[in-house]
Amino acid sequence: MSVITLTLNGELVSARTGQSLLEAIRDQGVKLPTLCHLDGLSTRGGCRLCLVEIGGSPRLLPACTTEAVEGMVVVTHNDKINHYRKLILELTFAERNHTCAVCVSNEHCELQALAAELGMDHVRYDYLDPDLGMDTSHEKFGVDHNRCILCLRCVRVCDEVEGAHTWDVRGRGILSQVITDLNRPWGESETCTECGKCVEICPTGALFDQGASVGEMKKDARFLRRILDGREKRQWQR
Amino acid sequence: MNAEPQKVRLATVWLGGCSGCHMSFLDLDESLMDLSEQVELVYGPLVDAKTYPENVDLCLVEGAVTNIENLELARRIRTHTKIVVSFGDCAVTGNVTSMRNRIPVKDLLTAVYQQARAPIGPQALEVLPALLEKALPLHQAIRVDVFLPGCPPVPERISAVLDALLKGQEVELSPPLRTFG
Ligand code: SF4
Ligand code: SF4
Ligand code: SF4
Ligand code: FES
Repeated sequence: MSVITLTLNGELVSARTGQSLLEAIRDQGVKLPTLCHLDGLSTRGGCRLCLVEIGGSPRLLPACTTEAVEGMVVVTHNDKINHYRKLILELTFAERNHTCAVCVSNEHCELQALAAELGMDHVRYDYLDPDLGMDTSHEKFGVDHNRCILCLRCVRVCDEVEGAHTWDVRGRGILSQVITDLNRPWGESETCTECGKCVEICPTGALFDQGASVGEMKKDARFLRRILDGREKRQWQR
Repeated sequence: MNAEPQKVRLATVWLGGCSGCHMSFLDLDESLMDLSEQVELVYGPLVDAKTYPENVDLCLVEGAVTNIENLELARRIRTHTKIVVSFGDCAVTGNVTSMRNRIPVKDLLTAVYQQARAPIGPQALEVLPALLEKALPLHQAIRVDVFLPGCPPVPERISAVLDALLKGQEVELSPPLRTFG
């Protein structure tokens, strides 16, 4: 394993070859906001919150999908980056329906918390007010597409960790929607093992336990690291 | 004779909201006494004035802009007020009030006043102010100076904003004080 050197926010730091910029940055204790990234799942690069400025590139690049290479000059926070991160969050809020006050995840939502942290106190864009519906056919769980931010953590955890691949995506762009079993109602899914991993790692109120009321959905995505360490590092063997 | 220090002319307005934000304002409890020494309440649900006055220094606006009457009042507020505060999630995002936005106004009114067993029937439509096609956050109707999110904003948030404004400072809410919901 060879070591490379980068300039991070004006300081020389080292990283490992093959590391993503996100990993390298976090190893240095610098906080980068992320939504679609979850430690232990494959990389998606969808939410664009981890955008950073890289010397020589006119565009901001997502740190999670960019490899750290020797000599890179990286800036993680400045007015331009903060401006775009906030703008992306505002567009996310405007695209679907995020009425936090009546959401199962109120006060326990990664999107809501990030918006407050990044200084979003209102949305400058027109709300699209879509009517995307819910699927509550599953005995244990439900999905409200109006709260979904298409981070696809559910799709990845179901495929990569549970091995069931119940979840998928249909449509493109703004019309994308997560689906279960070729768009059959979740309750009729033949592949869902009812493990609940998708619900637990969903950063918003889109996936929830049946019967959860406003503010009752508390999730803990850290369970994933525990499972994966148990498997990969064989921590469960005596 | 000593001239009384000029009090800040404060108004509070209730547009398309549930009045929860105003209830939260009353939850300032004893700090209302301190506040009353600094401000003169010139308009609002807690005052008897019928028309929105001129020369208002500070106005807290609760609720989304949801009908013609709201829109007219919002414009009058803007013309006669120095600092307009979007007070609570309905004003800031549309929130619960805007959950009707996915339904066409005509269908909505038919469902409520023609089809449902409402205590008031179709004749209500003759006197009710016409609904806008969509319930709007306040800043989509008029320029807003300060945003105070929350459903309702807890008293600590209201105090933080009022304190800063009464001291003539810029409002800078900390992250825990600016969440929606
Ligand atoms: S999912 Fe999060 S951001 Fe969206 S309404 Fe629920 S609490 Fe708010
Ligand atoms: S409950 Fe488990 S198997 Fe079912 S969709 Fe979620 S992650 Fe996949
Ligand atoms: S349902 Fe949840 S986890 Fe799945 S894509 Fe939507 S927000 Fe992400
Ligand atoms: S965390 Fe990098 S794009 Fe979402």
